[in-house]
Amino acid sequence: MSAPLIETENLGLTYNGRQVLHHVDFAIQGGEIVTIVGPNGSGKSSFLKCLIGAVQPTEGHIRRKPGLRMGYVPQKLHLDQAFPMSVDRFLRLAAKSTASERAAMLKRVGVSDASGWQMAALSGGQLQRVLLAHALIGKPELLVLDEAAQGLDQPAVAGFYRLIEDVRRKLHCAILMVSHDLHVVMSASDRVICLNGHVCCEGTPTVVSEAPEYQRLFGHGTEGALALYQHHHDHDHDHAGHSHG
Amino acid sequence: MITTMIMRGIRMDEFLWRVVLAATGVALAAGPLGCFVVWRRMVYFGDTISHAALLGVAFALASGLPVFLGVLLCALAIAAVILLAEGRLHHTDTLLGVSAHSALALGLVAVAFLNGVKVDLMSYLIGDILAVNWQDVAVVWTGAIGCLGLLIWRWRPLLVSSLDREMALAHGQNPRKESIIFTLALAILVAAAIKVVGALLITALLIIPAATGRLGGNTPEKMAVMAALAAVLAALLGLFGSFQWDTPTGPSVVVAALFLLILASLVTRIFRPR
Repeated sequence: MSAPLIETENLGLTYNGRQVLHHVDFAIQGGEIVTIVGPNGSGKSSFLKCLIGAVQPTEGHIRRKPGLRMGYVPQKLHLDQAFPMSVDRFLRLAAKSTASERAAMLKRVGVSDASGWQMAALSGGQLQRVLLAHALIGKPELLVLDEAAQGLDQPAVAGFYRLIEDVRRKLHCAILMVSHDLHVVMSASDRVICLNGHVCCEGTPTVVSEAPEYQRLFGHGTEGALALYQHHHDHDHDHAGHSHG
Repeated sequence: MITTMIMRGIRMDEFLWRVVLAATGVALAAGPLGCFVVWRRMVYFGDTISHAALLGVAFALASGLPVFLGVLLCALAIAAVILLAEGRLHHTDTLLGVSAHSALALGLVAVAFLNGVKVDLMSYLIGDILAVNWQDVAVVWTGAIGCLGLLIWRWRPLLVSSLDREMALAHGQNPRKESIIFTLALAILVAAAIKVVGALLITALLIIPAATGRLGGNTPEKMAVMAALAAVLAALLGLFGSFQWDTPTGPSVVVAALFLLILASLVTRIFRPR
C-alpha cells in the first residue's frame, strides 16, 4: 500500500483545559472515501481543523504527503452583502483555471448558470454546490467536507452525496467527510469512523436495502445514496452524558 | 484667514498643488484599504488603530522622532497588543472597545503632559491639511504607495483570508500572516493620514468610500477601484468646499464622501431594475 495522503499518530488536543481529542490514529489513502461521524461536541470538527492545519495538536503527530493538494468545503461561508463576489470570481480565487474549466465545473456540480451570480444571493443548496466547485477546481487529491450536508433535507442530502460520488468517479480524489448524523451515512463510504474524543469504532456501512421499511425511513428517490452505519462499541460514554450506539 | 487670502488668486499655485496632492494621496490608498476593513469586519479595529495615532503624536513630540514614525510605531504597538490578546481573550469586541477609547484618552493626556511644546491638538484630531509642506506630501505618497503596494502584492491571499480563515488554511495559506500584512498597511495609512484628516476621521475616510464602492462593484476588484475613485473625488470636493466656505478641511472631505455615498445610493436606487 502506498503512503497515506494524511496520517495522524496518537493525536491529542487539549483546549481550554478540556481534552477534546486523545490517542487518535487515523490515515486516509488516495481515492478512499471515509466518513467520520460523532455526536455534537465529540471533537470531530476539531479533528478536521487539526488535519487542515487550522489548529495545532497538543500531542502526537500529523504527517501529510508532501505537496498534498487539499480541497475544503466548509460548513458554511459567512459572506455578507458588503463583500461583492461573483461565483466566477470566487472560483478564480481557488486556483488558476480557464473559463471553460470553470464553466465545466459549474455544470458538473449542477449550477451551470451561476457564473455571474453574487455569492451572497445564493440559496443554501446552491452555495453548497458552489463551495464544492471551489474545492474541486484546484484538482485536489483529498476533498475534505465539514458537515457539508447540514441544513439540507434528506432528498437533498442524498442528491448531494450522489453528486460527490459522481465527482469522485471522474476526479479520483480521496474524500473525507464529517457528519453529525450517527446512523445515516453516504453509502459509497469505504470506511466509517465513529469519533467521540477518541476512535470509538470503525467499520463499513450497510447499504440500505430495498425493503419497504427502509424506503419509508429514507423517503423515496434517494437511489441508494444513503446507508446505515451500525456501531460496535465495547464501551459507553454514559459518564459524559452522550451515550449512543 | 490665510486660506481666503491665498485663494484670492485663482491660479494653481504651489500651495494648492501641495494640498491637492496630499489629499488625493491619502484618498487613493484609503479607498481600497477601506474595502478590506469592511470585508474583514474590522471597522472597530480601524478605529482603535487611528485613535492610537494621537498617542503616537505625543510619543513623537516627546522623543523628537518625526510624527510619521511616531504614529507608525504606536499604531503597530497597539495592533500587536490586540492581535496577541485576541487569541487569548474571546471578547474581541470588548477588547477593541476598551483599547479604542483608552488609546484616544491616553493620547490626549500624554499631549497635555508635553510641557513647553506647543501642540495644536485640533490639528491632529481633525487634521490640518492646509499646513502641509512638500516634505509632508512626500511622506503621504510614500505611505500611500507602500500601503497600496502591500495590498496589491498580497491581493489574493488577503481576499481568501478575509473570506474564510479555514478555507485559507486549506489552500495552504497562513491567515495570521495576512492579518499582519493588513494591519501593517492600516498602520502605514494612519501614519500618512494623520496630518491630512486627523485621528478622529481616518476611519470615516476608510469606510465611507468603501460603502460607495460597494454600490458600483460586483467583484472585489471593481469595488476597490470604485472606492479609490470615490475617495479621491471626495477629497477634491472636500477641498473645494473647504476653500469656498472656509470650513475645516478634514471634516469637509468626510462630508463630501458622505454626500457621494448618498448620491450613489439614490442613483443606484433609481436606475437599478428591480
